Amino acid sequence: MRLVAHDLSSIRSGRPVFSGLGFALHSGEALAVTGPNGVGKSSLLRIIAGLLPASYGKVTLEGGDAENSLSEEAHYLGHRDALKPSLSPIETLSFWQAMLGRPLVDPHQALMQVGLGHAAHLPSGYLSAGQRRRLALARLLVSRRAIWLLDEPTSALDASSEEMFNGLVGAHLASGGMALVATHTPLGFQARSLAMRGGA
Amino acid sequence: MAAFFALFRRDLLLGARIGGGAGVGLVFFLMLVAIMPFAVGPDMALLARIGPAILWVAALLATLIGLDRLFQADDEDGSLDLLRMSPLPLPLIVLAKGLAHWISTGLPLALAAPFLGLLLALEPQALLAVTITLLVGTPALTFIGAIGAALTAGMRRGGLILSVLVMPLMIPVLIFGISATSAALGGTIPFMTPFSILIALTLFAFVSGTVAATLAIQNAEG
Repeated sequence: MRLVAHDLSSIRSGRPVFSGLGFALHSGEALAVTGPNGVGKSSLLRIIAGLLPASYGKVTLEGGDAENSLSEEAHYLGHRDALKPSLSPIETLSFWQAMLGRPLVDPHQALMQVGLGHAAHLPSGYLSAGQRRRLALARLLVSRRAIWLLDEPTSALDASSEEMFNGLVGAHLASGGMALVATHTPLGFQARSLAMRGGA
Repeated sequence: MAAFFALFRRDLLLGARIGGGAGVGLVFFLMLVAIMPFAVGPDMALLARIGPAILWVAALLATLIGLDRLFQADDEDGSLDLLRMSPLPLPLIVLAKGLAHWISTGLPLALAAPFLGLLLALEPQALLAVTITLLVGTPALTFIGAIGAALTAGMRRGGLILSVLVMPLMIPVLIFGISATSAALGGTIPFMTPFSILIALTLFAFVSGTVAATLAIQNAEG
């Protein structure tokens, strides 16, 4: 499987964010997207996720299942954790597993993997910022999708959680997945680098 | 289809839990109807005559409350992004959310109407008529409202604009809901004439509301 971006441009509210961006990413590879604030890292991830139209150029997934569109092959972890305070972690994960399709890891087991096994039935509203982030990470495990789009995934995570996160991404890459990570901090796994520079 | 029911179930659950706001519309409905006899005065005949209209107007206003959260809640916490990345087509996502919203906010209004009708001195036949018309008409209100909810999903305090946007579109539903109710209580036109139009409006709202809300969500960012 190969993810190819060709001559990608983004214009938001008439202001060019980036232009002429291109890269190719193969199975098992990770791409660290770096650059100063406002350079368009989040926009890039949202364009790949299909949540934002590219102003010019396109992103294609080659060699995947033709049944699935790119956005159905991708997990998106944005700044917001997409959690409902009144639903428990286990309810949250079970819901997203049914919603996103292609079940992979059992929700209970996914919670164990991110170290939230003890809080499975607590309303998510009681979780701390780091625990909420870990629950959001667990969502990536319950449904099988080849591309992980991670926007500042380690914000609010402590050192040991960060290590856990590196392990999860490492396992995902080892199983033939891909990851695009917008980040300001060095990543704990092998990743190619895409440095975005301030455009116009 | 599993995804459709999962979303439907989640929205019902969220509505029923604390902070879900499913009860707000119902309480508002109850208050509106309960203060009417105080405002109109103790004229039983007058109350019985305008009772169905009071119930319908109150149901319409109660529907507007809470509609703003239909998509806004999911938009705020990022859930809407993820829903859009699911294999379930966006129109079906809108439909599942709309149906769940109606069951947690619209259906209780129709079910409470006969009891509140007693406060307005309605005859048994009028109670039945207003309940049936509300049962058929409130889905139309929800799905027309869904258009406004989708357009204002990304706005803080979008509730006011939402009401202004969708209120004119709800007026036909109000007209035929009330005229069907009064037709059931006698008069020159048969009950089925306005009632069929009410059913048609509801079916039309299912389709047009779903499609329009889908387009609004798709074009929210650009």
